[in-house]
Amino acid sequence: MTEREPKDTHTDLDERLRRFRDKQDVAAGRIDNPESRTGGIGFAMRIGTELVAALVIGVGVGLLLDGWLGTKPWFMLVFFVLGSAAGIFNVYRVVQNQGGAIGYRSGQRLTSEDANIDRDGE
Amino acid sequence: MANNTNGAEKHSPLEQFEIKELIPIEVAGNDISFTNSALMMVIAVALICLLMLAGTRRRAIIPSRWQMVAEICYEFVANLIRDTVGNEGRKYFPFIFTLFMFILFGNMLGMVPYSFTFTSHIAVTFAMAMVVFTGVTILGLSKHGMHFFTLFVPPGVPMWMWPLMIPIEIISYLSRPISLAMRLFANMLAGHTLLKVFAGFVPLLGAAGVLPLAFVGALTALELLIAFLQAYVFTILTCLYINDALHLH
Repeated sequence: MTEREPKDTHTDLDERLRRFRDKQDVAAGRIDNPESRTGGIGFAMRIGTELVAALVIGVGVGLLLDGWLGTKPWFMLVFFVLGSAAGIFNVYRVVQNQGGAIGYRSGQRLTSEDANIDRDGE
Repeated sequence: MANNTNGAEKHSPLEQFEIKELIPIEVAGNDISFTNSALMMVIAVALICLLMLAGTRRRAIIPSRWQMVAEICYEFVANLIRDTVGNEGRKYFPFIFTLFMFILFGNMLGMVPYSFTFTSHIAVTFAMAMVVFTGVTILGLSKHGMHFFTLFVPPGVPMWMWPLMIPIEIISYLSRPISLAMRLFANMLAGHTLLKVFAGFVPLLGAAGVLPLAFVGALTALELLIAFLQAYVFTILTCLYINDALHLH
């Protein structure tokens, strides 16, 4: 991060900056407290589109394959189901705070110590 | 935006999204006219440059207001990258910062009455989402080579489940640009349409129009929040995708 001035000369400014930054974090739903992290509106807003987007892609891929192989409507049906599954997985991951990641990496990464140590050190 | 609708004339709430040609340009049969959308993008970029140049002109220890604003923007994105990607993410700061500021200014400029919200067009948001998606895919491939494709095989899944899981993971991966683009575009489109529809009720209801007017006031505040949040969500997802590409599982 940026260089900080010696504490004694700019204590007031540092304090004000720190308070401001904390307020910003709260506003962005990105508070240090890991429990409240999941509660951010930002995360909530993602859920609906995650579900629909996977379904759209699934049906799209299915229709493309059908058009290409002339197997209407089988691939569409199969990929519709796969798309729904993918959508539900996506939502599950967002809710688990796995950060929209593919796979099942633990959500702890995002709240890992290095991020917090940095912040406390300021 | 609110006083644009008049009870006597019919104004479509979707009129605000119309693309108008300002300077018609045609190159080899392709229409690349300078439109109101392009104009707003140019204004957004100009304002961002102005803000950052004015903010960094005098790099004082005790910052002026402009410097504060510029620093807040910088630190906001820098913290975002540090929290999601970590130190390796610093390299991508210019790209992520540009993306964030561009979307934020696009959304915010759209809140100015009579202006145009370029982020309410899926062509714009999808183009940005595809840049992120292809960029992240290339990044992952160049970083990990063929190993990148293990992204599609969730760890801890038994072999006999692979034929089912791999297509699901691929669909899930391909749905990223769609969900990125759709979220931003739909939020902007729906919010602005809703504002216009409710503003249309104000003159129609006469004295009772105070109610929708108050509602429009509240909605405008909400829209400002959403304008920021959507820029934030787009940016944080970009960071998460970069994080995925950098450190598979």
